[in-house]
Amino acid sequence: MTEYRGVMVHAEVAEGKLAAIATELLGCGRKLADDLGEELSAVIVGSGVSGSAQEAFAFGADKVYVVNDALLQDYRTDTHVAVMEKAVRQAMPSILLLGQTSIGRDLAPRLAFRLETAATMDCIELAIDSSSKRLLCTKPVYGGNARAAFISEVEPQIATVRAKAMTPLEPDSSRKGEVVAIEAGLDPSAVRTKVTEKVKQEVEGISLEAANVVIGGGRGIGGADGFKQLEELAGMLKGAVGASRPPCDNGWVPDVVQIGLTGKIVAPDLYLAVALSGSSQHMAGCSGCKNIVAINKDPEANIFREARFGVVGDWKKVLPAFTEKVRELLAE
Amino acid sequence: MTVNIIVCVKQVIDPEAPPSSFKVDEASKKVVPPAGVPPVISPFDENAVEAALRIKDAQGGKITVLSMGVNLLREVVKKPLSMGADELVLLEDEAFVGGDSWANALGLAMAIKKIGQYDLILCGRQAADWDDGQVGSGIAEMLGLPSVTLARKIDVGDGKAVVERVTADGYEVIEVSLPALITVSNELGEARYPTIKGIMAAKKIEPAVWKPADIGLEPAQIGAAGRKISLERLYQPVHEGKCELIEGESPEEAGVNLALKLREQKLL
Ligand SMILES: Cc1cc2nc3c(=O)[nH]c(=O)nc-3n(C[C@H](O)[C@H](O)[C@H](O)COP(=O)(O)OP(=O)(O)OC[C@H]3O[C@@H](n4cnc5c(N)ncnc54)[C@H](O)[C@@H]3O)c2cc1C
Ligand SMILES: Nc1ncnc2c1ncn2[C@@H]1O[C@H](COP(=O)(O)O)[C@@H](O)[C@H]1O
Repeated sequence: MTEYRGVMVHAEVAEGKLAAIATELLGCGRKLADDLGEELSAVIVGSGVSGSAQEAFAFGADKVYVVNDALLQDYRTDTHVAVMEKAVRQAMPSILLLGQTSIGRDLAPRLAFRLETAATMDCIELAIDSSSKRLLCTKPVYGGNARAAFISEVEPQIATVRAKAMTPLEPDSSRKGEVVAIEAGLDPSAVRTKVTEKVKQEVEGISLEAANVVIGGGRGIGGADGFKQLEELAGMLKGAVGASRPPCDNGWVPDVVQIGLTGKIVAPDLYLAVALSGSSQHMAGCSGCKNIVAINKDPEANIFREARFGVVGDWKKVLPAFTEKVRELLAE
Repeated sequence: MTVNIIVCVKQVIDPEAPPSSFKVDEASKKVVPPAGVPPVISPFDENAVEAALRIKDAQGGKITVLSMGVNLLREVVKKPLSMGADELVLLEDEAFVGGDSWANALGLAMAIKKIGQYDLILCGRQAADWDDGQVGSGIAEMLGLPSVTLARKIDVGDGKAVVERVTADGYEVIEVSLPALITVSNELGEARYPTIKGIMAAKKIEPAVWKPADIGLEPAQIGAAGRKISLERLYQPVHEGKCELIEGESPEEAGVNLALKLREQKLL
């Protein structure tokens, strides 16, 4: 019987480059592999993705499996689960990490069940348990109100990892490794879904995930007009505007700017939270924020348990004065 | 085409109860249900019920609601009936408790096999307790069905479903052959309120209650005994909670003072 050994990372490629989450997974996977004294591999799945292998080496992989096939152009559950199953059966990793992304959320559970196990989803900490040598997976549960640590009793141990929870290594382009090509061997007639359209909801300006300053608005903003004031401030600070869920549900802002458990994960230096209560599900997207500043009229709001600075008051009065002062300070 | 739909709904502790009321018992690795806050149907499962009702409104069909657990409060699990669903099947037994996604998917998949007739199975995108998002895909895999996750819109016709699937920067449109399993996200839109007529009708519907043996499972395969992933620890993260409140004679002045403070802290 072949033994399961080593750590494998499912490395997503976006626009011809390793996605940020892939570099984060490699950083974390490298550490786990070193702790076990085993190999770190990456698996890259797609069409025209072979060029990304070198990047995976630079970010820490020892070996890269590439499954390159025109049928893998779009992410589809059936195709990607099939080739990932093949890669896992060939490489036999004892640990498999994927990103908690649109793809990973779909791929990890289905793949896990195909391999007769389950995954641990949305982890924020991974470590090798010192006594059992198993992967200890810590994830927020109950909307972030609690944390749970799990160990899988079955191989491979599969986990998805939340964006920005792990740190990539400094890329070292002199690092080399072995590339192994895997034939996709797909039967197009066995693919039961078809992607007929992809719609991007463009948001102007700096992307939320990359912004150093994020202004988040909540239900208390009251409408799309209020968000214009947040936009103005964000523009001044070269930041981005995000929101809690109600403004998205109400159509005041596009869905894609939702921050939280089921939205974007942000990690700016400054997060200004305006008229949002700071629910655990919202804060799930803010754990990487370095400084949270809150404006809320309710002194009991949970956001004040999370914030470093705050003003208790009506944002409609506080924010315009704040914005004017910021304008003045920036002009000095 | 009239559509047979099965919707899986889970009873959970109200996730929107104030965070301060949330407590865990670390020794038993369990959450202590907050006093006086009744459980609810996991919110995304209500979105899934709404999705089913919209399909039924558009072209007719039958909606069977399936829920697994213990102490399933009838007024909670009957809510989908009062919204317009037709039948309720409960997997209610101690043996179903404490499962991981694997054990839970197995119980639900076997019950769905027993229900037998379905074109579409709907689940929530993730249950608001363990925030996992696996059981839907797991059921699909166990039943050999195609799956589409994170739906914000579902149209059914011609033996297929056209699904808008939420992605990080928008959505994609996916066609899937039926029968299929689809998980639903809140972008689909809020669930409708029960009507008085619906509540009256729901009162008259007796749920079918099944035990493990009724769906061909041994207690060892489900619940805590059927786990593949063990829970090692459950705890609450500590809050540092030292917020410095910035004041002023008026809200406007507090705003100005906040700007000055952030400048002083080199945050601007
Ligand atoms: C499973 C699940 C997943 C979820 N995922 C997410 C997620 O990813 N992201 C997310 O954000 N939410 C999510 N939610 C919803 C979450 O539970 C909360 O309902 C939501 O975050 C509340 O948004 P809010 O703070 O804007 O609204 P509220 O909680 O209604 O808070 C509004 C706040 O505005 C303040 N306010 C009102 N008017 C003013 C004023 N004039 N001036 C100053 N302050 C004012 C009030 O004091 C209050 O604190 C999820 C929920 C569930 C159950
Ligand atoms: N015990 C249960 N009873 C009914 N449905 C469930 C149960 N557990 C999970 N589900 C369904 O599976 C979805 C995903 O659950 P999970 O994978 O636990 O996050 C939920 O939104 C429900 O639709």
